Amino acid sequence: MPLLEVTDLRTHFHTRNGTYRAVDGVSFSVDRGQTLGIVGESGSGKSVTCYSIMGLIPQPPGRIESGSAMFDGVDLLRCTPAQARSIRGKRISMIFQDPMTSLNPFLRISEQVTEPLIVHGLATRREALRRALEMMEAVGINDAARRIRFYPHEFSGGMRQRVMIAMALVTRPELLIADEPTTALDVTVQAQILDLIRRLQKELGMAVIFVTHDLGVVAGLCDRVQVMYAGRVMEAASTAELFARPLHPYTRGLQRSIPGLQPKGRELFTIPGLPPDVSKPLPGCAFAERCEYAAPKCIQGRPELAPAGPGHLHACVRAHDGEIGRD
Amino acid sequence: MDGPILELRDVKTHFPLHSGFLLRRQVGAVRAVDGVSLTVREGEVVGLVGESGCGKSTLARTILQLVPLTGGSVELNGRDLGKATPAQMLAARRDLQMIFQDPYASLNPRMTVQSTLSEPLLVHGVCSAAEAPKKVAELMALVGLAPRFAQKYPHEFSGGQRQRIAIARALALRPKIVVADEPVSALDVSIQAQILNLLADLCRRMNLALVFIAHDLSVVRHISDRVAVMYLGKIVELGPAAEVIDHPRHPYTRALVSAIPVADPAAERARHRIVLAGDPPSPINPPAGCAFHPRCPYAVARCSEAVPPLVPAGPARQAACIRLGEI
Repeated sequence: MPLLEVTDLRTHFHTRNGTYRAVDGVSFSVDRGQTLGIVGESGSGKSVTCYSIMGLIPQPPGRIESGSAMFDGVDLLRCTPAQARSIRGKRISMIFQDPMTSLNPFLRISEQVTEPLIVHGLATRREALRRALEMMEAVGINDAARRIRFYPHEFSGGMRQRVMIAMALVTRPELLIADEPTTALDVTVQAQILDLIRRLQKELGMAVIFVTHDLGVVAGLCDRVQVMYAGRVMEAASTAELFARPLHPYTRGLQRSIPGLQPKGRELFTIPGLPPDVSKPLPGCAFAERCEYAAPKCIQGRPELAPAGPGHLHACVRAHDGEIGRD
Repeated sequence: MDGPILELRDVKTHFPLHSGFLLRRQVGAVRAVDGVSLTVREGEVVGLVGESGCGKSTLARTILQLVPLTGGSVELNGRDLGKATPAQMLAARRDLQMIFQDPYASLNPRMTVQSTLSEPLLVHGVCSAAEAPKKVAELMALVGLAPRFAQKYPHEFSGGQRQRIAIARALALRPKIVVADEPVSALDVSIQAQILNLLADLCRRMNLALVFIAHDLSVVRHISDRVAVMYLGKIVELGPAAEVIDHPRHPYTRALVSAIPVADPAAERARHRIVLAGDPPSPINPPAGCAFHPRCPYAVARCSEAVPPLVPAGPARQAACIRLGEI
């Protein structure tokens, strides 16, 4: 049984300018100890998916229109606030993109890292401090005993992200949701943080949902990947399979537009056009407008995720009918 | 490629630090740029890479004389910009333009595209107000925007389109050299590729020299002829872009290259990664000798004795490491 199973999640934002379908029918599951990568450009709904699971969508203007997120028998989207509190921050933790703004500047690190343990009644103050120190050392903060008394502004970006990770992991959660945790960091610091997540995941046996726009990060870290576009899942497969045999034209386009994989001096491959406006209904495939393989049937009805081999799903009608993707 | 257009000689930009209230004394300086020499030839693309805080953006601003020079000289077409009168400087700006990182912040939200693009033309008296609309339409076409958008405001455009407007503004005066400070960092992968293609194409067509600043090495490798790697205000390695990134000589470049995630699962998991410990040191109080030695896996005692100069390291290449021959 998967640890988390999300089915047909739809999160829409009702604003004066119309209804934005930020997440529009997303289904996926994560097993214990597994790492799932969610890849997509900005506005593809990857962060809103995570925020919906964590109950962090401001309502209004947001509304979860349909769907379920089953975590160990509890539907996170419909459970009571008390049930949600007993899971959130304890069994599911989240780390955010921007370590500069997601720590409270008024509180010492010690208070912020021990807070989850104390709020959830998992430890006494003294015990919590001991465990917080252990976790600070585990995430590679030297001289933790002294630095736990610091305030966030006394740390660099990489160090703050370590503090965030320590905070998220101090309760030993079963699932960690990481929303672009390395996007704001330099590559050398990113390499440190990715190593850290990989190591702690092994030690604690937790599952990770890793949201990123960087296919390179996914390649090194994740077991499975799902590619999102305009609030929908375009393709999902094991990492090795997705990189070796991408079937959806959007996945292929993304992969081909990475400068590092292309010969120097040649013009870079680009996906023409812009992502669609999710405030307008998209009857067909969301990518059809920019797709080099688009055919009339692509805009007749929304393509469903269909299997194409073990564990490999994609939402392209033409690939499904065997008309493209056989090169 | 012809003669040098921009010549930096031992450029230093220090920001003084003061303490005290009434008797303000200078207690130190942030050595943001600390002795950079670099020559850019006509039509050449020079990439400038390094982590945040290494001084690459300050160097860009120093070239444009947006921050005062502490030492050394910046010569454009043989004229020392540090000694130029305001009138001479205004004239020099026709040849020297800049593109900023964040197209959301660098365009005036209250100005239409038309007024943004015609402002430099009118300030420099390139054309009369009556001719401006025609010039603006040409510029918009040059960067791939439809001239019918001329009366729109920046908020009506996407990030990629705004960056095109910023590029058009920089090119309005037909400069000989443009300094682009992380022009694609704020954009998504597929849009990033479009902007890179545009810049590469414009450089070729207009014989434009470009100083391209980025922290993404794969982007720099793609677009640049030569690349300069900076660490703590100094250039540590310089040479042809593909050579430096595929076969780095300086230990810092090696670590930087090995930290880039590669979008290929098999290669990514197999390769050896040099994970640097800690953060870059403070430019207020840089380490003695080679600034990289506290984090360098190859450091020996004599690395902390003297600042290593840039020495030849292969054809057209230079690196600042005393152990080049040994490692």
